[in-house]
Amino acid sequence: MAIVTINGVKHSVEAEADMPLLWVIRDLVGLTGTKFGCGMAQCGACTVYVDGAPVRSCQTLIGDIEGAEVTTIEGLKGKVAEAVQGVWADLDVPQCGYCQSGQIMSATDLLTNNPKPSDEDIDAAMAGNLCRCATYHRIRAGIHEAAKRLEG
Amino acid sequence: MIPRLMQSVTLPAAQVHASRRQFLIGALAAGTGIAVGFHLLSASPAVASETATAAGDHSFSPYLTIDGDGKVTVLSSQFEMGQGSYNGIATLVAEELDADWSAIDVKGASGDIKAYGNIAFGGTMQGTGGSTSMVTSWERYRKAGAAARAMLVAAAASEWGVNAGEITVDNGVLAHPSGKSGGFGAFAAKAATMPVPGDVTLKQPGDWKLIGNAGLKRFDSARKANGTEQYTIDVKLPGLLTAVMIHPPLFGAKAKSFDASAARAIKGVVDVVETPRGVAVVGENMWAAIKGREAVKVQWDDTAAEKRGMQQIISMYRDLVKKAPAAVARKDGDADAEFAKATKVLEANFEFPYLAHAAMEPLNAVARMNQDGTLEIWGGHQFTDVYQKLAGDVAGIAPEKVRLHVMKTGGSFGRRAVFDGDVVVEAVHVAKAIGFRAPVKMQWTREDDMRAGRYRPAYVHSLKAGIDEDGKLVAWNNHIVGQSIVAKTAFAGMIQNGVDPTSVEGAHNLPYDIPNQTVGLTSTEVGVPVLWWRSVGSTHTAFAAETFLDEVAEAAGRDPVEFRLSMLEPDSRHATVLKLAAEKAEWQKPLPEGRFRGVALAESFGSVVAQIAEVSTDGNGQIKVERVVAAVDCGLAINPDQVRAQVEGGIGFGLGAIMGEEITLTDGKVDQGNFDMYAPLRIDAMPKVEVHIVPSANPPSGIGEPGVPPIGPAVANAAYKALGKRIRVMPFSKSLNA
Repeated sequence: MAIVTINGVKHSVEAEADMPLLWVIRDLVGLTGTKFGCGMAQCGACTVYVDGAPVRSCQTLIGDIEGAEVTTIEGLKGKVAEAVQGVWADLDVPQCGYCQSGQIMSATDLLTNNPKPSDEDIDAAMAGNLCRCATYHRIRAGIHEAAKRLEG
Repeated sequence: MIPRLMQSVTLPAAQVHASRRQFLIGALAAGTGIAVGFHLLSASPAVASETATAAGDHSFSPYLTIDGDGKVTVLSSQFEMGQGSYNGIATLVAEELDADWSAIDVKGASGDIKAYGNIAFGGTMQGTGGSTSMVTSWERYRKAGAAARAMLVAAAASEWGVNAGEITVDNGVLAHPSGKSGGFGAFAAKAATMPVPGDVTLKQPGDWKLIGNAGLKRFDSARKANGTEQYTIDVKLPGLLTAVMIHPPLFGAKAKSFDASAARAIKGVVDVVETPRGVAVVGENMWAAIKGREAVKVQWDDTAAEKRGMQQIISMYRDLVKKAPAAVARKDGDADAEFAKATKVLEANFEFPYLAHAAMEPLNAVARMNQDGTLEIWGGHQFTDVYQKLAGDVAGIAPEKVRLHVMKTGGSFGRRAVFDGDVVVEAVHVAKAIGFRAPVKMQWTREDDMRAGRYRPAYVHSLKAGIDEDGKLVAWNNHIVGQSIVAKTAFAGMIQNGVDPTSVEGAHNLPYDIPNQTVGLTSTEVGVPVLWWRSVGSTHTAFAAETFLDEVAEAAGRDPVEFRLSMLEPDSRHATVLKLAAEKAEWQKPLPEGRFRGVALAESFGSVVAQIAEVSTDGNGQIKVERVVAAVDCGLAINPDQVRAQVEGGIGFGLGAIMGEEITLTDGKVDQGNFDMYAPLRIDAMPKVEVHIVPSANPPSGIGEPGVPPIGPAVANAAYKALGKRIRVMPFSKSLNA
C-alpha cells in the first residue's frame, strides 16, 4: 500500500515499494497521458514532475517518493504550459505524438527556468527526450515561439 | 493478384486511377444521420448489385458519417502512425463536403476489403505502406465528400422548397439567398433518404480551400499536446489483464519446458502460459507481469536456431559480393566490355547493418473474446485483413468474426506491417490460453521490441564504374547481397526471376542516363527475421549509388550537381528537383571556412527528393550536420505543411540511422536491447531543415518515406569534403573511427 498525490488528488494504491511511478500512474491510477517508452530513463516519454522537478517515472520507485506531489501531463497547468501546448498545436509539432507528453513536460520545465533559451540550451535540456518521428526541428521552433509569446 | 507492395518502382499515378465505383448511402441508427461509402465494383457482380441500394449503416462500410449534431467522422482505410494520412484523407473529404474543419474527426476502419482495399496494392488487401495512402485515397475520398454534400444540398432544397442549385455550402453551413440556413446536422438524417447521385463532379483546383492550403493545421495536434490521444497501450477494458512475452533468445529456437512456480507466487501474477511464440506471463498490471517474467525459467530448444554472429554473416556477404550475382535485376548494354575500354575504373564496397524500427510505442495489441463469439482486437493494424485472418485462425473463428479497432500508434516505420501478425497473434494466443476469461493486453517492453527481430536487412553492395576520356559515366555495375524481405511470406509472389524488388529498388531504376549498366542481386538465407523499414530498399541503394556517383564525379573532375544534371533529361522531375535544391542551398556560393556541402538525389514511392547537407567538423574527425536543404516533387501536395513535416522527420530518422544505429548479433543473440545501446537521433544532432516543394498538378505520390533516402549520401558526400574520407561502412561512427 502506498499513498501518492497526483495532480492534487491523493491516491492510496496497492503497490509495493519497488513499483515504478510510471506503472502506478498508468495502471493503478489510470492516467494514460504519461507514456512507456524504454523503462530505463533513456527516452523521456514517461517524464512527470515530482515536487515540481522533472523525473523519469519509469525509474522513480513509488517507495522513494512517499508524500511527494506528482504532476502528470493531465495536471500540467499555468501560463508556461498553456503557451507550450498552444504552440505545439499551432506549429503542428507532433507526428505520432507518443513522446509528446514527455516533450511538453521537459519543454515547460525548461521555459519555467530559462524564459529565453538559446538553441544550445534547448538541445541540452531536451536531449533526454527521444522522438522517433524526429520532430526536433519543430520542437526547437516551438520552444522559441512559446518563449516569444510568454514575453509578449 | 499479388499486391504491389512497398515498391518504389512505383505506381505511376495514372495507373492507379480507381475503377468505376458507385456510391453507397445509408442512414445512421434511428435515422439520425447519413453514411456514405463505395464498393470497388471490380470486386464481384454481387457487390455491384448491392451498391445501388440505400440501406442502414451496417450493410456497408462507409467512408464518412455525419450525425445529427453535424459531426463529420471520416472512416479511414489507411492507418495512422504519425505520418498524417488521417489528416490528408480528412482534407480530401472536408474539401468536397465544404465541411467545418474543426468539426472533423477520423477513425480507422477495417473489415471490408471491397470498401477499403488499397488501390495501389491492387485493391485486394487493406494495408498501409509504400507511401500509398494519398495515392489510394485521392479520388475515392473526395468523391465520398462530394456525394455527401450533394445529398445534404438535396435534403435542404426539399426542406426549404427551393432549387438545389441556389444553395451554397461553406464551412459546414448550407445557405439559400432567401436567408434560410442550417448546419449539416439539421439535414443529415433527411439526406440519407435523398436519391443517390449517379456520379459527382469534383471541384476544380482553383476552388480548393483546404487541399494545398499550407496554413491548414492537423486536426489532432492539440490532443497530442495534452496527453489525451489514445494509443493501444492506453486501452482500458473491464477486467483487462496485461501480458508480457518471453521470446526465445535465439531466432528459431523453441521453448522446451518452463518452470513458473516462483513467478506464480509473485503478487499480481495471474498466469504463465505457453504459446507457439514463447512463454507469456499474465499479470494484473504491467509491473506484475514484468516481475513475474524475471522469475520464470525457460529451457530452450536451439536445434533450428540461427547461431551466427554479425561477423560471420558479413564475412559471408563479403565473399558472395565478389562472385557473380544469383539474379539480374537490370542489364543495359554491356558494362563489362565498357570497363575494358574505360579511361578510369572505380570500385567500392558498402556495408549496411541490420536496423531496428524502434518506434516509441513498443509493440502491443489487446484481444477480447465476446460472448457472441466475436473477437475484438485493438492494435496498430497496418495490414488489416491479414491480421483478421491470422487472429481468426488462432481463435478458431472466421475472419468476419474478428473486429479490429485500428488504433493510432506511436510510430511504426513499417514495423506494424508484418506477415505473421506477431504481437496481434500473441495477444490472441494468450487470451485463448487463459480460456478467454479476460481481455488481454500484450505489451512488449523496449527490449522485446528491439530483440524480437524484423529488422531492415543487412546488405553488402559492390559497385564499379567506368568513365570514358570525356569524363562521361559509361558503365555501372551494382551487386547487392542480403536477405529478401518477402521471400517465404505471403508476398513472395513479388519476386520475379529471383529478384525481390524491395532489395533492388532505388538501384535498378536510377534516373541517370548510363548506357551500360548491370544490377545484380544475391539473396541470402539467414535466420534473422527482416522487414521493410521506412523507405525500404532505398535505405541502402540510394546511399551506395549516390555516394559512389560522387566518387565518379570527382574522378571525372566534374561538379557533383552538374555531373548529375548532365545525365538527366533537362525537364525531368529529377532535374527540376535537383536544380531547386541547388538554387535554394546556393550550391555555387562558397561556404564559410569549416563548412562543407554534399548533395544526393533519390526517387522512391513515386516521389523525387534532393537534399543538400551542410556539415561542420570538430577537428577531431567527427562531423555535425548543421543544415539540410531539401527539394521535393511528390505530385500535388495535399497538406504542404505535412509534406514538410514528413521530410523534416525523414531527414532526422535517416540521419540517426547512418550516424549511429545498428543491430548486431553475437552467436545469434541480439546485442542491443534499449536506447542505451541503440542510438537514434536526439535533438542535439538535428540539423536545421528547409523543405521546398515543387508545385505540381500531378496526382499525389508518397511522402511518408521519400524524405529518408537522400540524407545519408548527402551527409556522407559532405563528410568526404570535410574529412577527405569516404564513408562506406554504416553507421558512420564505424567509418569515422576506423
